[in-house]
Amino acid sequence: MALLGRALLILGLLVCVYGVVASLYGARARRREYVDSGRRAVYALAGLMTFAFAILEVAFLRSDFSFNVVASHSSTTTPAFYKATAAWSSQEGSLLLWVFLLSVWSSLILFLTRKRVREIAPYATAVLLGFAAFFVSLTVFFANPFSTSANPPTEGAGLDPLLLHPSMMFHPPMLYSGYTLLTVPFAFAIGALVTGRLGSEWISVTRRFALAAWLFLGIGILLGARWSYTELGWGGYWAWDAVENAALMPWLAATAFIHSVMIQERRGMLKVWNVSLILGSGTLAVLGTFLVRSGILDSIHAFGASTLGIPFVLLIATMIAGSVGLVVWRRERLRSDAQLDSLLSREAVFLFQNLVLVAMVFVIFWVTFFPLISEAVTGTKVSVGPPAFRPFIVPLALILVLLSGIGPIIAWRRVTAANLRRNFTFPVAVGLAVLVAVLVLTNAGSRPFAALMFGLGAFVAATVVQELWRGTAARRAITHDAPPLALVRLVRRNRRRYGGYIVHLGLAVLLVGVAASSSFQHSHDVTMRPGQSARVDGYVIRYVRPFARASDAKISLGAVLDVSKNGRHVTTLTTSRGFYPATGDPRVGPISVAFNGQSDSDVGLRAGVTRDIWTVINVNLQPLQSKIDEGDRLFEKLMTSLTPAQANQPTVIQSIQAERATAIIGLTSQFVKHPWPVDFLLIVSPLVTWIWLGAIIIVFGGLIALWPVPALARRRSTSPAPALSAGVPAREPA
Amino acid sequence: MDPSRKRAIRLTVALTAAVLLASALVYVSFTAGRDELTAGQLLKQAKPGQSYILAGTVVTGSVSHQGDALLFRVRDPKLASVTVPVRYTGIVPDPFRAGRGVAVTVHEQGSYFVGEQDSLTTKCPSKYQAATSIS
Repeated sequence: MALLGRALLILGLLVCVYGVVASLYGARARRREYVDSGRRAVYALAGLMTFAFAILEVAFLRSDFSFNVVASHSSTTTPAFYKATAAWSSQEGSLLLWVFLLSVWSSLILFLTRKRVREIAPYATAVLLGFAAFFVSLTVFFANPFSTSANPPTEGAGLDPLLLHPSMMFHPPMLYSGYTLLTVPFAFAIGALVTGRLGSEWISVTRRFALAAWLFLGIGILLGARWSYTELGWGGYWAWDAVENAALMPWLAATAFIHSVMIQERRGMLKVWNVSLILGSGTLAVLGTFLVRSGILDSIHAFGASTLGIPFVLLIATMIAGSVGLVVWRRERLRSDAQLDSLLSREAVFLFQNLVLVAMVFVIFWVTFFPLISEAVTGTKVSVGPPAFRPFIVPLALILVLLSGIGPIIAWRRVTAANLRRNFTFPVAVGLAVLVAVLVLTNAGSRPFAALMFGLGAFVAATVVQELWRGTAARRAITHDAPPLALVRLVRRNRRRYGGYIVHLGLAVLLVGVAASSSFQHSHDVTMRPGQSARVDGYVIRYVRPFARASDAKISLGAVLDVSKNGRHVTTLTTSRGFYPATGDPRVGPISVAFNGQSDSDVGLRAGVTRDIWTVINVNLQPLQSKIDEGDRLFEKLMTSLTPAQANQPTVIQSIQAERATAIIGLTSQFVKHPWPVDFLLIVSPLVTWIWLGAIIIVFGGLIALWPVPALARRRSTSPAPALSAGVPAREPA
Repeated sequence: MDPSRKRAIRLTVALTAAVLLASALVYVSFTAGRDELTAGQLLKQAKPGQSYILAGTVVTGSVSHQGDALLFRVRDPKLASVTVPVRYTGIVPDPFRAGRGVAVTVHEQGSYFVGEQDSLTTKCPSKYQAATSIS
């Protein structure tokens, strides 16, 4: 089977090469049949990659350890769900996932556009197959997912326990879907530049793909943050780590793109900007993949230096050079059809928003790559830590939220006093009222940026409510629907607009949560014995009792904590530290092996609407060390005292294992019988739940905006819609 | 004001803002930046009182506890025989283990390099395996 898998990959590479040649030839020689053949090559690639991926999955599910990746990333004791998802925890498997997803999305766009954009499509096909060829080459020449060993082990190494979390398993496919979907508008932009067809067509056919890329990438990022908060023992959700930044940069660029294309569709402006932006986003997506996979930057995620660095650098350099060259070559055809009439207009607000987002990308890029930049310039790697981001990102984020409120309600072309009065009075009043209330009723004034974010969040929420209200009312005036029905129908007829407004609302909620939890967190690192307690932000947290659990797979040492406030019980928290066996190292003693492997934290978390109470225990094994060493000596003596005949008898082996298990259980129970002081990290953080709530609202809004309009209701409008005053619902182009 | 003059003014303002942002970034990078050094470089260049980021792998068998503090040695990835001792207090990341890649902010103090509170980060291993291959 492994051989078949490898054959499929090689065949896939040949199909890619054929498809590129056929598409380009068909386009240049104007021979339709070759263009169609090139398109069908993409479908064929999708079929081949699906088949290859299925072979890999089956190998994982069957725990076929003759496959090297299965042996090194899975085990018979891994639960079935994680066996399936372990396929992409490896370098090789994840590259196969990338090209599988790319082939599926490419097939979809080419199928949907098979009768449209006939000049652009062949070049887009060639670009997409070019990417596919690159990634398939990596799997064929550098990182073969189907490599086998002649003597397969009887048990695999298992999945890293930190990855045994559902979020962590959906996180890679979501991110990779985002990255691969971004290559679609990228490819069509290249096609548009090559053919000189630089109207809005290349944008409108790929619009949903850009939006889907934005959505999936966002979900992937949020899943990573959630995992970090609930699984890792540091209590945060974002560390400005290099690989977090690697996913955030293309997401910010994609956000800018899905907004600025609206300007081109409506007024034929910002053509150079749009094309450059999507080329940049696509490049950032490949750069993001490269950062995670190559290990060039020190990060908690860097998967170690690998041989993939050079091919990736060459690809990214080609993408940048090609993009710049094409834009410069076509600059005449990229001139705007219209001019910016006023800085106080929706066009200007969109432009400012784009500039803010690009500024954020630039800041993140600079700080993330600074070690490499400084090494190139001065010879020493200089690292700028996460605190460097704050002075830049916080003001930019505040401006972004402000613009997300203003954008939907400001007039096109030029704002008027009447427009201001009509649209801004309510939201501004709400924003100011909330700001004043927050300053007066809480101590938020001590953190002005956070307080400002609260006011701005309220402002944005008010604009969304106002627009939904007015739209519903206007609809009811015509159709006399009941309010809930009118609202649903309103949204359904204007999915793009109202989906977008809901996303703005979600973003405001999320950033309010971020502002509150990062500015007003109370954290306490304390060592306690059972019975002792600590105070954090008005809560009294008492270490009630220790507990210990031991099994073949894992040892847990933990604590039960009681949380109370003003004498009243609030909640009970449980936290533990897990110790996994150190398999495969012959130098480790038979008792030590149970304690010396990987370890992870089991976080104790009580989430709430107003605040989260978070704790993690850090158990020092030092007090047990002398007993563990003694156990090692005793068992080693026992093992060496056996004759070879005895050592091979199953009953002897079994009784020794049983003794060993009893010894380990006895050791772990010392933690309960004679508990020693342990470290607790206690954190009380306000409004963290708002982050996850905001995330759900964003995803909901994104899905609404993305959802296809039923065929009957679809109208393909080829002329830009007339400029309408905000608040009156209109049928939008599909 | 005629349109081309308006455009010129807007362009100037935009470029000025961009230059200011870039300057601020460069300034912050060079003042707040810390040198990232391997064990060998640290031993050669370290000045007492100055902070550096030490990057390398944790030497197997060197990890021990002394009260609150974690003691370990960090090996130079390029010069396998060169190691430095570190004394660290603060949050220890979950993936921390002998043989893993780490980065910690340290300053020299006597015979040890003292790790700054909560500055320790560990590279996530791509394979779940005991510390056999590295170190």
